Amino acid sequence: MIEILTVVGPTSVQDLGRFDQYRFGVGTSGAMDDVALRAGNILLGNDENAAGIEIPMMPFRLRFGRDMAFALTGASVEAKIAGRAIPPWWRSHARAGDILSLKAMPRGARCYLTVGGAIDVPMVLGSRSTQFRGEFGGLHGRPLQPGDILPCTSPTSIIGELGVEPADITLARPKASEDETIVRVVIAGEYEAFDGATQELFWSSSWKITPQSNRYGYRLQGPAVKPISPIEKRSHGIVPGVIQIPPNGQPIIQMRDAQTSGGYPKIATVIRADLWRAGQTPLGGKLRFEQTAYTEAIAAEAEVSAYLDRLRANVRLVEEIRTCR
Amino acid sequence: MTAADRPRISLLGTSALLFEAPGAFDLPHQRRIWSLAATASKWPGIREAIPGITNLMLTFETSPRQLDSLIAALNDGWDDAQGLPIDGREIRLPVTYGGEIGLALKSVGDYCGLSVDDVVSIHAAPLYTVFALGSHPGYCYLGGMDPRITMPRRQIPLQRSAGGSVSIGGSQTGVSASPGPSGWHAIGHTTWKFFDPSWPTPAALAPGDTIRFEIERVLR
Repeated sequence: MIEILTVVGPTSVQDLGRFDQYRFGVGTSGAMDDVALRAGNILLGNDENAAGIEIPMMPFRLRFGRDMAFALTGASVEAKIAGRAIPPWWRSHARAGDILSLKAMPRGARCYLTVGGAIDVPMVLGSRSTQFRGEFGGLHGRPLQPGDILPCTSPTSIIGELGVEPADITLARPKASEDETIVRVVIAGEYEAFDGATQELFWSSSWKITPQSNRYGYRLQGPAVKPISPIEKRSHGIVPGVIQIPPNGQPIIQMRDAQTSGGYPKIATVIRADLWRAGQTPLGGKLRFEQTAYTEAIAAEAEVSAYLDRLRANVRLVEEIRTCR
Repeated sequence: MTAADRPRISLLGTSALLFEAPGAFDLPHQRRIWSLAATASKWPGIREAIPGITNLMLTFETSPRQLDSLIAALNDGWDDAQGLPIDGREIRLPVTYGGEIGLALKSVGDYCGLSVDDVVSIHAAPLYTVFALGSHPGYCYLGGMDPRITMPRRQIPLQRSAGGSVSIGGSQTGVSASPGPSGWHAIGHTTWKFFDPSWPTPAALAPGDTIRFEIERVLR
């Protein structure tokens, strides 16, 4: 087991998400950076959907109740295990009683802790992800608090240290500037309800992520983007990535805890292959949108899959070499 | 035939697609949506078919390479869809109108040029039908609201609205099942339980069920 010692902000247990409960009004939840969670699980030889801990704010400390392997992926953090520094995107081994301490997050917005096996909270409606709005899943349906004890499934055999190249380096895309993340989007139902100049404004602007942003949604700040005439739509299903334009003209990107339906006009949707990039852009950071076609968006997903396939192959190769010795 | 007579189909990135039926926000159209949902949920590659208000979202198990055949199937499916009548159960929901949670009761009255009492009696008069579930766990979108109490959604959504809020958003009304962000106007509240993940079916209500609001109190 794991004991949480220090935690600030909405730290939670997440797996890849809950994908087939929309008809009851239940959204996906799940890791904001699914690529990082998968990579952590691959490093440990776990099922890629194994639950981990999503840590969005520092400092964070926990104590391992017994010997176990663990990995840190996602945002770069200054991490120490039993006083020894560990690099980002790294798997390591803790002894019973060791304290893992995360201090600062120089790059990214969310760090993922995965353990050999999984964080063994109950499966609720097909997933272990925390559903904040419904107050179920994860640990008692709520953010983690100091003193929480998280059960873990039995660790596999002891494995050595190993690192992999972070996804944001391998899957790097051109940047407009150092502090701006470009995400690709496919246009959505109401795109044509904005005139040409307004559409151009949407593409050409740098959008600041306001402090009112969280796992529900990113509220952006920039020039007002308004449709030719006000639009009130009948409520319809939406998914994470959808960019809604409320009447004030300031876009909101729906994130993993988003409502499952809405009625504000939708200008575009962040593609699945880039939603993790938005998830790793911190408050105060800037986003820029780049239009892409549906088929290109599918191809981009294949690139992410190929990256994860390579990780899997490399980890397997390292294990085979170790076994042969 | 004009474009307004045909359904609109649009993409929600690569993970879902939205089908919007032409025509009125009424029960006959919604019954056709329920019928199309039942059909489409069985198609290969479709994870779920989720009815909205006279619209349908399909989520993908795997994103289709080509969308043409899916779009054609939806259009044909809509043309063929006979209304699916669902005989649901009827729920009576006691509502406290106004008060701290139902703060927007007065603003809805002001906007619509009605007294508080008029808004309450107009809201509580119809037998509402659950058209769809969505937004958050257990939330029901209701059909049947009198258009006289229509009020556009908020300019900026609220970060937090109370659980059990009875609200109006545009020409729709509904009851929130838990606290959370909302772009609607709360005019009252109820203490009923709409969702429990441990129930065999986690949501208490399903499309086709009906709700009658009972005026428990009116707080001014």
